[in-house]
Amino acid sequence: MEAKIGFRNTKSVIFKGIIVFFAFIMVVPLMIILLYIIKQGIFQVNWHFLTNVPAPVGEPGGGIVNALVGSFLMVLMAAVVAIPVGMAAGIYLSENPRTKLAYYSGLCVDILQGVPSIVVGIVVYFWIVKPLGTFSAISGSVALAIMMLPIVIRSTEQTLKLLPDSLKEAALSLGVPYHRVILKVIVPCGFAGILSGITLSIARVIGETAPLLFTAFGNPYLSTSITKPMESLPHLIFTYATSPYDDWHNLAWGASFILLMFVLILNIVTKVITRKWKVQL
Amino acid sequence: MENKRLNLSNSQLKWETIFKKILIAMSVLLVLIILGVLATLIKESWPSIKALGIGFLWGKVWDPVSNVYGAYPFLVGTLLTSFIALIISIPFSYAIAIYLGEYNPKGWLSDLLKNAIELIAAVPSIIYGFWGLFVLVPVIRTFEMKIGVAPYGIGVFTSSLILAVMIIPYAASLGITLIRMVPSPLKEGAYALGATRFEVIKSVIMPYTRSGLFAGVLLSLGRALGETMAVTMLIGNTSAVADSIKNAIFGPGNTMASVIANEFTEADHSEYLSALIELGLVLFFVTVVINLIGKRIITKFTNN
Repeated sequence: MEAKIGFRNTKSVIFKGIIVFFAFIMVVPLMIILLYIIKQGIFQVNWHFLTNVPAPVGEPGGGIVNALVGSFLMVLMAAVVAIPVGMAAGIYLSENPRTKLAYYSGLCVDILQGVPSIVVGIVVYFWIVKPLGTFSAISGSVALAIMMLPIVIRSTEQTLKLLPDSLKEAALSLGVPYHRVILKVIVPCGFAGILSGITLSIARVIGETAPLLFTAFGNPYLSTSITKPMESLPHLIFTYATSPYDDWHNLAWGASFILLMFVLILNIVTKVITRKWKVQL
Repeated sequence: MENKRLNLSNSQLKWETIFKKILIAMSVLLVLIILGVLATLIKESWPSIKALGIGFLWGKVWDPVSNVYGAYPFLVGTLLTSFIALIISIPFSYAIAIYLGEYNPKGWLSDLLKNAIELIAAVPSIIYGFWGLFVLVPVIRTFEMKIGVAPYGIGVFTSSLILAVMIIPYAASLGITLIRMVPSPLKEGAYALGATRFEVIKSVIMPYTRSGLFAGVLLSLGRALGETMAVTMLIGNTSAVADSIKNAIFGPGNTMASVIANEFTEADHSEYLSALIELGLVLFFVTVVINLIGKRIITKFTNN
């Protein structure tokens, strides 16, 4: 009745083989995609490429400086808003886990994490673009900030929850006021975890295109005005990749390479932070 | 001296209250953002909801020129791309979860694979779309010629393939954590009874983690439903309903997200815009519900 042990062992080995095959085969498409982007993009990148605006069709050269500046400015503005707000909400959630407000705002973080980025784009369009009457960099930043919030909040909350209560109690027993306990003791102790959440959230939004389609829109010229449309790396890739011109495709490959490098570096920084301070995310 | 100290602690007390109020305000702000999103979507799509009613969902024709709006082509397109992607991705994400959770949880090889999985999640979707457009589309076109369907290249199937790669990390990384949480006495007991590794995985680990792995698949699905850029670039953007199953899978189509991305800035009258926003509202509800169910299952699982 019972199957022979030899047969059962063979079955086990075959199963392991299948698992290993399926687990590692995924690395192949990843490598193909990364190597292709690097191959197509790396030769586009030079000083001229990084310091010039895109050339019109038919003209050689041209660069992506408008998108670099735009992405930098918009992500910076988004971070300036999202990091303090996200940290404050994260501190509240970890300090008061049982209140009604914590339940509802925790629920909202979960919801926000699942909202498709295109929906964020639509909503910010009605919040900012329509009242102002024009696409603007500031509306793009708001959309990106909303996308950043859940990651910052969750990483702050998770890190602070892991800290022992005795830390806080020791500080409070010395008569240190509550806000100083949080800002000078608790937050510095969980700094690495919070920081890795921040770098992760930046890596996440720097490649977001969908929320910018109806907000920052895009701009073929260099612009630093936050009330005017502004180009961004992912949006530039989208526009030029779907155009019919080879020159523009090359521009988009170069931009993809740069974007990919940004994302890779930010992810490595996150990795280094988490490894150095042994944070668990 | 006494007085000064008292003053100091008073001002500190004031700061303490302000600080606490700021924390509360920021948490309230979150709730307001979600309520605001919901209110905006409902308000802006209200004209369309009122005019078209629930029939909007199964109206088969989307023709902005003659002011006829039906969401059916996009619902079908969204479900089709997401489920094909899900079916393709499940074997891979389960294999990764089992391999990194059970066979090889530590060491350089598992670190390498784990980093690769995280990298798949980190690459922006626009890059997947761009690569797909220039590399995958020609390959699919040749493949379609071989199997004898119209060689569009772009279409539902192509989008699903890219989508499948993109959503693998979500189910996989959750699966790894959950499989590692299986108590070792359970596994050791099975080994002591003479079970092989395959039998332990089949009859101990899998039943124990089933609900959690399902939650991971739900999170992947939520991701796939809302994915915009890669799909927009690859799906071909046709709002017509395909005439046969073969054309529905291999031909061009449209998803809710892709039609919004393509037509939102072109919508030149308010009914058109309102119908597009209603699509966004539907998308919002579907992804939120799927995500919340997934999260609920995970919380239940990790608390037990």
